[in-house]
Amino acid sequence: MSPPPFLSFMEANRAAVYRFLVAAVGPADADDCFQETFLSALRAYGRVQDVDRLDRWVMKIASRKAIDHHRGRTSRSTLVETPERAGPGDEPFDAADPLWLAVRSLPSRQRIAVVHRYVSDLSYAEVAALMGSSQETARANVYQGMKKLKELMS
Amino acid sequence: MKTTELKRLVPDRIWVDRSSAVAADALAEEADRAGLIDVGLGVVGSPIGDLTVAVSRRGLARVLFEDEDLDVALDLLAREVGPRILISTRLTQDVRRELDEYFDGSRRRFSLRLDRRLIHGIALQVLSATARVPFGAVTTYGELAGRIGKPKAARAVGNALGSNPIPIVIPCHRVLRAGGELGGYAGGLDRKAELLGLEGFLPRK
Repeated sequence: MSPPPFLSFMEANRAAVYRFLVAAVGPADADDCFQETFLSALRAYGRVQDVDRLDRWVMKIASRKAIDHHRGRTSRSTLVETPERAGPGDEPFDAADPLWLAVRSLPSRQRIAVVHRYVSDLSYAEVAALMGSSQETARANVYQGMKKLKELMS
Repeated sequence: MKTTELKRLVPDRIWVDRSSAVAADALAEEADRAGLIDVGLGVVGSPIGDLTVAVSRRGLARVLFEDEDLDVALDLLAREVGPRILISTRLTQDVRRELDEYFDGSRRRFSLRLDRRLIHGIALQVLSATARVPFGAVTTYGELAGRIGKPKAARAVGNALGSNPIPIVIPCHRVLRAGGELGGYAGGLDRKAELLGLEGFLPRK
C-alpha cells in the first residue's frame, strides 16, 4: 500500500511535530529541526512501511533530530548563559523563563523523554517506541529528568 | 514543581498552527530545490476558473478545474505516479507559462511533455488522436472512433474523453456530436463553450 500524498501527510502532522520541537529544542531551533525532520521523511517516503501510523513514524524522526540537535551542546554552562533569541518578534515566549533554562540544561534524552511524557501526555510505552528504547529506560529518563528539573526550579 | 507546569513550554495552538504552516511552505521550497518531488502542484488563473496542474519529471499528468475534488485527484496521483506530492514552482513553470499564453491568446499549440500514467486502455489511443485536433478546429465522437480504427465505438470514445486527465492541453473540448451539439464535458458545458469561443470556433459570450 502506498502512502498518502506527502502534502496531506505534512498538513496532518505539521502542527504536532512543530509543537513537540518547540518544547524539545526551543523556538529558536524548532524551524531547523522541522526542516530536517520533514526532509528526512520526504527522502524515505517512498519506502515507508507502516502507512497507518505515519504520525508515529514522523514523530520518531523528529525525536531523533531533537536528540541529535542538542548532542554535544548541553552542559552546565547553559544554565548561566542567556538563552538564544526566542525567534523573530511576535512570539509569545519569555526567553528568561527559568523553566526554559532548566529544561535546556537537561541531557538530551532526558529532555526529550520529559517533553513526550508531560508536554505531549504520552504513555511510557509510547515514549519508549518514539525513542527506540525500552520502557524501563524511558521511565528512568523521565524520572531523572524530572528530578533534576525539580532541583533546578526549587 | 508540578508536571503540568511543563505545558508552559508550548505556546498556544494558533501560534503553532501559523508557525508550522510557514515552516511547511519553506520545506516545500527546499524539497523543490533538492529535486525530491515526484509530482509538483501549481495553480493557474484562467477565464474558466483557477486550474490546478500536477507535473512530474516526465511531464504534465493532470489538469483540474476548481470544482473538482483535489483530494481524490491527489490520492490517484500518489498511487499511479508517486506519493511525494508538494507545491512546486520549478516543476510547473513551463505548464503555467504555456497555459497563461493560451488564455491570453498568444499560444495556439502547446509544446509540453505529457505524463500519460493516468491514461489507460482505449483512452490512450483516443486521447492521442484528440491531441492532433488543431486549435480552431473540431471533430466528432464518430470521426474520432473511425480515426482509431473502431468506427462503431463512438460511445467508448465519449467515455474515454470524459476521463481525460489533462483537459485543455489534450483538447477534448474540440470533440462535438455529429449534429454540431456540444455533447459532454467533464468540466461542464459552459467551460467547453468558453474554450471553443476562445479558439474562435464559437462566438464568445
